[in-house]
Amino acid sequence: MSLPLVDEHAQQLPLEFADEHESMKITGFWMFLVTDVLIFASLFSTYAVFHNSVAAGPTANQLFKMGPVLLETLLLLTSSFTIGLGIYAMRKGQVRALMAWTFLTILLGAGFVTTEIHDFVSFAALHATWHTSAFLSAFDILVGTHGAHVTFGIFWAVTLLFQLRKHGITERTARKIYTFSLYWHFLDIVWIFIFTFVYLNGKLG
Amino acid sequence: MPSFVPYLVHTLFPPGVLLPDILLIDFGLICAGIGVIVLLTKTRRWGWLWYDWLTTVDHKKIAILYLIASLVMLMRGGIDALMLRAQLALPTTHFMPASQYDEVFTTHGTIMVFFMGMPFIFALFNAVVPLMIGARDVAFPRLNAMSYWLFAFGAILFNISFVIGGSPNAGWTAYPPYTGLAFNPGPGENYYFLALIIAGMGTTMTGINFLVTTLKMRAPGMSLMKMPMFVWSTMVTSALILFAFPPLTVALAMSLFDRLFGSHFFTLARGGMPMMYVNLFWLFGHPEVYILIIPLFGVFSEVVATFSKKVLFGYPVMVASIVAIMFLAYGTWVHHFFTMGAGPAVNAFFGLSTMLIAIPTGVKIFNWIFTMWGGRIQTTTAMLYQMAFIPVFMVGGATGILLAVVPADYQLHNSYFLVAHFHNVLIGGTLFGLLSGLYYWWPKMFGMKLNETQGKWAFWLFLIGFWVTFLPQYLLGLKGMTRRIYTYPLGFGWHDLNVISTFGAFIMGAAFVVLVYNIVWSLLYGERDLTGDPWDGRTLEWSLPSPVPEYNFPRIPVVHDRDAWWAMKQKGQSLADLRPEDVHDVEMPKNSPIPFLLGASFFVLGFGMTFAWWPIAIIGFVGIILCLLFSGFDYDDHHHLKADVIRQTEATLGRLQG
Repeated sequence: MSLPLVDEHAQQLPLEFADEHESMKITGFWMFLVTDVLIFASLFSTYAVFHNSVAAGPTANQLFKMGPVLLETLLLLTSSFTIGLGIYAMRKGQVRALMAWTFLTILLGAGFVTTEIHDFVSFAALHATWHTSAFLSAFDILVGTHGAHVTFGIFWAVTLLFQLRKHGITERTARKIYTFSLYWHFLDIVWIFIFTFVYLNGKLG
Repeated sequence: MPSFVPYLVHTLFPPGVLLPDILLIDFGLICAGIGVIVLLTKTRRWGWLWYDWLTTVDHKKIAILYLIASLVMLMRGGIDALMLRAQLALPTTHFMPASQYDEVFTTHGTIMVFFMGMPFIFALFNAVVPLMIGARDVAFPRLNAMSYWLFAFGAILFNISFVIGGSPNAGWTAYPPYTGLAFNPGPGENYYFLALIIAGMGTTMTGINFLVTTLKMRAPGMSLMKMPMFVWSTMVTSALILFAFPPLTVALAMSLFDRLFGSHFFTLARGGMPMMYVNLFWLFGHPEVYILIIPLFGVFSEVVATFSKKVLFGYPVMVASIVAIMFLAYGTWVHHFFTMGAGPAVNAFFGLSTMLIAIPTGVKIFNWIFTMWGGRIQTTTAMLYQMAFIPVFMVGGATGILLAVVPADYQLHNSYFLVAHFHNVLIGGTLFGLLSGLYYWWPKMFGMKLNETQGKWAFWLFLIGFWVTFLPQYLLGLKGMTRRIYTYPLGFGWHDLNVISTFGAFIMGAAFVVLVYNIVWSLLYGERDLTGDPWDGRTLEWSLPSPVPEYNFPRIPVVHDRDAWWAMKQKGQSLADLRPEDVHDVEMPKNSPIPFLLGASFFVLGFGMTFAWWPIAIIGFVGIILCLLFSGFDYDDHHHLKADVIRQTEATLGRLQG
């Protein structure tokens, strides 16, 4: 059914949007991100309700250490930049550069998760777990859900590297990398909210 | 090992599931299961079952799967209802123990909302939306199959609870602290949370799928304001699903964490707050009410136009109304718990926002009536349900407005007045709409009409049974009877009305039996639909033969008008004048076992978590990972349907020229 005009238009689009089916999957992924925004919105609102319900446990101010949190922020924000460079390489058709940037993104993400786990373990050593209070339950599930998303993203990106090695940059792999980058930027934005509303607010508020 | 076996038996079969009636059902289910296996083996149908149904990604077949599941669930939920009504008619005889009564009202509500209403709606979406917009499938066919299997295995997980381990018993809303581990040990509530999380994921994916389908896959020329009303209602419902299910998932997951891992979200100790659950639940729950009615507004809009032989009156206003309802739906959730004590300002806001919804709904009622006005009305079964819906739904709406009046709600909260109100809208609106849609689109799905005489019998029994059941319940509510009680003293003057109500419930039970007879009879002897357009329809699905071939449209139509097929007929055009050179190769999605296996893995994970048997849960989790990995690396998910095959099919149907 496609008219000649449509084909000309398609040729100007980036590769990941060129195929109708693949482009539709990007739209679908945006819809998925909407649901994920609402998951986090629900978790943030729960945290907002519970952030003072510390029972006999520690308060946010007593518990949080800004050093690891700053390191996590640095790692995750940098990884958002590297996946951006990866998409830039993809648009220029440089598969090796794309894989290198994706690999670097994975490393930075792994650094983030490691730091976060270390942070949680140090809380557990102080008996500050979700058994302690509603505040810590809400904190753990909010930050933990974000951390689980990042962990899932790391494994996803690893499978994408294998697919890139096998197929190179095609309409389909390009779409997959592009949706992964959307996901990764989204997690970055969520982290900025966690950093502000949970950590900064807990330390200063 | 010897101590392991008694533990296992006691965990899987506690006294609560060893009641005589349940054992009888167990026996019946085992016999039925063996019967099906024998039948499939004898007729060598296993391959047919696997290749044609369990691995299918065809939206038309998935629609039939949804329909079967929802009719089975309608029976289960209906039997639950009859058990409840039997107990309430005989309050002194202990027809059921109190604990079983709690379980039955919980499963009745949960099944009717999540496992009957929603899949029935998705059956209609799948059956006709791609056909109405001139598409060959939904946007993501494999995801569509995954949605179905997540729903189906969620439903199975929920339904085995009454045989293995015990049913949930905290009401369909599952409020804490009723669901807290301290007050409610045993696996019942775990079943509820896990089944709803699994089925809810499927529903969310359906929402994404149909939103993208309706946004991106419409035939050339079909602008938004040329979409049939049912497609509009699909789009709005999908958007509601997208925004409603995440808070539910979060609330369910937190409750599950409280039970399984000892967190303190909704507990009474250590700062937990049960009202947070109630807020999150109804933040989902109120939009859910509209998820359950807006698709049926779409059905009624199609049915009323077709059987009045007129265009739908005030189409732009109808669109504006459902879009307005979509937005208002998010501003009313507190009206489910005015008695929480949020204060007069908050309650006044939510009372007013609730009343506001009556305006767009009222507009729609008028438009349906004006569509019928001066039309040549054909009283088919589908149309009868439409005509019955208007007064029934108006009563339901009016009592809803009464409940939105905050001071009145303090009296009526959790009384039988409320029970009568929501059954009034859910039966008069949702169920009548579903049945209207079933009778309307059945020929398109199965290639034969449902017998009209039998259908009208079922209709009248449903309508009369409905009023006999629920009118007394309004009075009972005003007399102070509260919901979820299994007995009451005879001196309260509630008994007579309860007996009448139970009588009505059994009339509806009879209606269901007639409906099933109608379906079976029609499948065997029903009038075949040879034209593809038995109702002289208006929208594109009626331009196709019944049942529709795999590829739907041999050539994608170009749409110029709102009632596209009607306009084509008026101009003397037809899609049956296909020339051989118009047909090209078509790319179709390939069948895949992954959706079924993914659903099964989620079932194993859910079952393991229900009993906190972690090795089983881990097996399920690994299964999920493997399915996702396989899906990610599978690039071979389409096949080309050759133009010759399509030409041959169309020629057989007599739709090819020359």
